[in-house]
Amino acid sequence: MNIVRLVLKELFGMFVDDGSLALLALILIALIAAAVKLLGLPPLIGGFLLLAGCLAILLESTRRAARGKRR
Amino acid sequence: MHDLTPILSTVTASFLASFVEVVEAFTIVLAVGVTRSWRPALTGAALALAVLAALVVAFGPLLALVPITVLQFVVGVLLVLFGMRWLRKAILRGAGIIALRDEELAFSKETATLQQQASDRRADYLAGLAAFKAVLLEGVEVVFIVIAVGAAHGQTLYASLGALAAFILVMLIGLAVHRPLARVPENALKFIVGLMLTSFGVFWTGEGLGAAWPGEDFALLAIFAIVALASFAMVGWLRRSAPAGETAR
Repeated sequence: MNIVRLVLKELFGMFVDDGSLALLALILIALIAAAVKLLGLPPLIGGFLLLAGCLAILLESTRRAARGKRR
Repeated sequence: MHDLTPILSTVTASFLASFVEVVEAFTIVLAVGVTRSWRPALTGAALALAVLAALVVAFGPLLALVPITVLQFVVGVLLVLFGMRWLRKAILRGAGIIALRDEELAFSKETATLQQQASDRRADYLAGLAAFKAVLLEGVEVVFIVIAVGAAHGQTLYASLGALAAFILVMLIGLAVHRPLARVPENALKFIVGLMLTSFGVFWTGEGLGAAWPGEDFALLAIFAIVALASFAMVGWLRRSAPAGETAR
């Protein structure tokens, strides 16, 4: 049972290291998916927004981590 | 060339990501083998490989039941999360904010733990368990990477070959040098893998949403280039903004 728990913990950890990075990425994807499916946003624009959003989230996450380490 | 782009990128991503994971597992198995004996080390590793194979056999065929656009979207989202996690860590390491992974240090820590357990009557079991856990946990990541980079474009075979090549190469180098593979440029590899997985993630999530990327599969290379440029810029910016002498090495 411990092994199962360990594997599940590893699986979770594979995707979530900095919780807010994962959360922001999921919110970004959900918003873009909703805009494409419900508001008629062209999917290609959604793709470009996803790329830009991911880079912005990454920048914010690394900046916050750097600030935290230097404090 | 047009068909080669997704195949080459799939094989490369799978090979490099698996290489990093296999090196980490190898360090622990080697520590068990050298400190205790090779019997628990190899038994633990073989059992873990059997569990991983069973997982692939059990869950692999289920993927064929999922519609391709749903699969691309789900795999794309997971790859965005997985890739950005690797990339974030690689950027922070590249900028000197967090320390680089040290295989010699990991080997020493595992050796010290095993030596403390040497007098325990369950020492062989504990040593085998350490090897089992290391191979299983790193192997789970390899299985995910193979499925993720392979499944969305029907290239699981190529992805598997990339992972197998990484496994064989690490074993050959490991058998030859018989010590932790500390000289492997792990952060550089993780950086490249993070860039590739994030790019795959954005590309497939977009395709899952119905985006027809300009240039089709070539768009993957353009996304990779954009993510790479932005990531290197982040490393440079973080380095420049660090107070003098304040880096973790």
